[in-house]
Amino acid sequence: MSARDAILAKLSAAPRQALVRPDLAGHFQRFADRDGEIARLRRWAAAMRAAKTEILWTREADWDAALAGWLAAHPQPSLLLPDAPPGRRLARRLEGAENAPRLVCFDRELDGWKAELFDIAAGFTTVRCGIAATGTLVLWPDEAQPRTMSLVPPLHIALFDAAALYPDFYSAMRGERWADGMPTNALLISGPSKTADIQQTLAYGAHGPRELLVVALLPPHVDMAELEGEAR
Amino acid sequence: MRAQTVTIHRSRAFKDNARAALADDKLRASLRGAMDFLMDKRLAAFPDEEELAALRALGEGIRRRCLSRLPELLEQLEQQLAANGVRVHWAETPADANRIIHDIVEARRGKLVVKGKSMVSEEIELNHYLEARGVEAVESDMGEYIVQLAGEKPTHIIMPAIHKTKQDIALLFHERLPDTPYTEDVDELIQIGRRVLRRKYLDADVGLSGVNFAVAETGTLCLVENEGNGRMCTTVPDVHVAVTGIEKVVEKLEDVVPLYSLLTRSAIGQLITTYFNMISGPRKPGEKDGPREVHLVLLDNGRSQAYADEQLRKTLQCIRCGACMNHCPVYTRIGGHAYGTTYPGPIGEIISPHLLGLADTRDLPTASSLCGACAEVCPVRIPIPEMLMRLREESQRPAGEPVAHPLAGQGAAASAAERAAWTGWRLVNASPALYRLFGWTATRLRRLTPAKQPGWTQNHLPLTPAPKTLHELVREREAEKGRPA
Repeated sequence: MSARDAILAKLSAAPRQALVRPDLAGHFQRFADRDGEIARLRRWAAAMRAAKTEILWTREADWDAALAGWLAAHPQPSLLLPDAPPGRRLARRLEGAENAPRLVCFDRELDGWKAELFDIAAGFTTVRCGIAATGTLVLWPDEAQPRTMSLVPPLHIALFDAAALYPDFYSAMRGERWADGMPTNALLISGPSKTADIQQTLAYGAHGPRELLVVALLPPHVDMAELEGEAR
Repeated sequence: MRAQTVTIHRSRAFKDNARAALADDKLRASLRGAMDFLMDKRLAAFPDEEELAALRALGEGIRRRCLSRLPELLEQLEQQLAANGVRVHWAETPADANRIIHDIVEARRGKLVVKGKSMVSEEIELNHYLEARGVEAVESDMGEYIVQLAGEKPTHIIMPAIHKTKQDIALLFHERLPDTPYTEDVDELIQIGRRVLRRKYLDADVGLSGVNFAVAETGTLCLVENEGNGRMCTTVPDVHVAVTGIEKVVEKLEDVVPLYSLLTRSAIGQLITTYFNMISGPRKPGEKDGPREVHLVLLDNGRSQAYADEQLRKTLQCIRCGACMNHCPVYTRIGGHAYGTTYPGPIGEIISPHLLGLADTRDLPTASSLCGACAEVCPVRIPIPEMLMRLREESQRPAGEPVAHPLAGQGAAASAAERAAWTGWRLVNASPALYRLFGWTATRLRRLTPAKQPGWTQNHLPLTPAPKTLHELVREREAEKGRPA
């Protein structure tokens, strides 16, 4: 008998009773966050900032200019870009810009240039959606934006359309019907890499990014000044 | 420099280990500080008692429901993972699991395995197995790396190096890592570890991880972590091997939401960890990174024994948060090494007898004051004291006594003297005449009470009978009042 069959036989022979599925939907509805859009954005921003994340509020029309300005003020030797429209738009914006990083496009399989990847200073990816309750970004790596882009470079820059902000993890998972088709890898990210393994002292940049910058695109009807003033 | 790994089997020596730990003032101060920190953090993470109660009930309900369907869910998981391109392996024993993993490494002619945090790999002593076969296995969780470098085992399932001070670690890095200056700056120490381990990710042939939740519905392996080492191990090497106990399977993807919330808040008082990594398959055609092969090793190692008994099955509800040990007055005083097992503290006391047998763990079910703190904080409401009582009973039950679900090592702690004492106690208490005779004799011969009473007088004054029994005192008092007793 194979190990598989032996294990399953032992488990199947055990006495069992039929138990009903607990009511998850009822639970999360009962404790749902009733915040409006502005309060939810503030909550998300406060939670992200508490986890050492910098947020740059911008609009769809000028996020690339805002990010170019940030990069001019925080020079990076190199920047990894996705082979996708946001990456190409940022590349165009940074061409000839002051203090612009050397641009590297993730357009080939990792195997041939792993060591080079480990020397790149910053990586830029887009975000699928956000979670307000915990200050979280949801990433859905794909052919254009491989998994390592948000992991290996010490600075991760994430472009987030704040219109896709869910109150909690449950509503994000249900709202987007994740169970109908998961990618090879999906991620929740809530700040830069960290550890408290040495004498309970919190230190950032344990293995992954030391810094996380979120370029958050605000919907046109949200007043940026009001949001920024109260989120800090 | 190769990190060293040691194998320690000391659960039989629990009492000696505990005695030594109690005498180590530095260890006790370190543990006290760490446990106070973790208890405060947990308390702050659950400000709403109503929400906590509802969430615990939900977590327990999910775990119990998933366990009630365990064989079906394991088959569904296997089927879904296979459809996603993941190879599933089954192992009844640690030796089977080690052989399977080594075969995967060997097929790539691999020489370096970089490991994310995995208690099951500790349980099967994988590092030792691989190193004996010329494969270096490097722990990449910072705490695990520190204890591996020190040649020790983790002392806590969430914070493996809590027993070490930053001075200990500064000295360790300085002595064991070439060209490393002595520094007590924690940020610098972390950066030293980061530099060493980043090289390992780059060079590793195989990455290994544990699994927090395995989702049957979608064939997804979920990993909870803060450091990013789990992501590194499961992304950068060409092969990813995940290893987990068979009990970690959940039915639906949405089941992970409340369990994840309970896990992070109970473990370290965090609302969420930095990373929640959901892996559903190897690199697909067109994808530019991620492992080309993903394997899952499902390990039994005594879990089906716990499963066979409906009461003891509750052990398998555990989501490995470590809250029970953080709140345990015994663990807090002796630390994880004293238990001599992979899983220390209250959860270790109830799971280790299934993994290792009662013969090797006979003292562990007694390493508890039964104060109930562990059950009070358990996020999935495992009634740990109830199971400790049951395991004590099984370890005392004569080996030959037929029972519905015998445990390996049944009767390991059985003692003829203790059994005779309890039989006598039962007889005395069941017969009024004998009880009166016993009480009269004990009170009159109280001066013969031994000054040394094993297990008691080490820390207490001797137990001595009163000059008169309670019945006699009541009779005298009632007589004084003129009433018949």
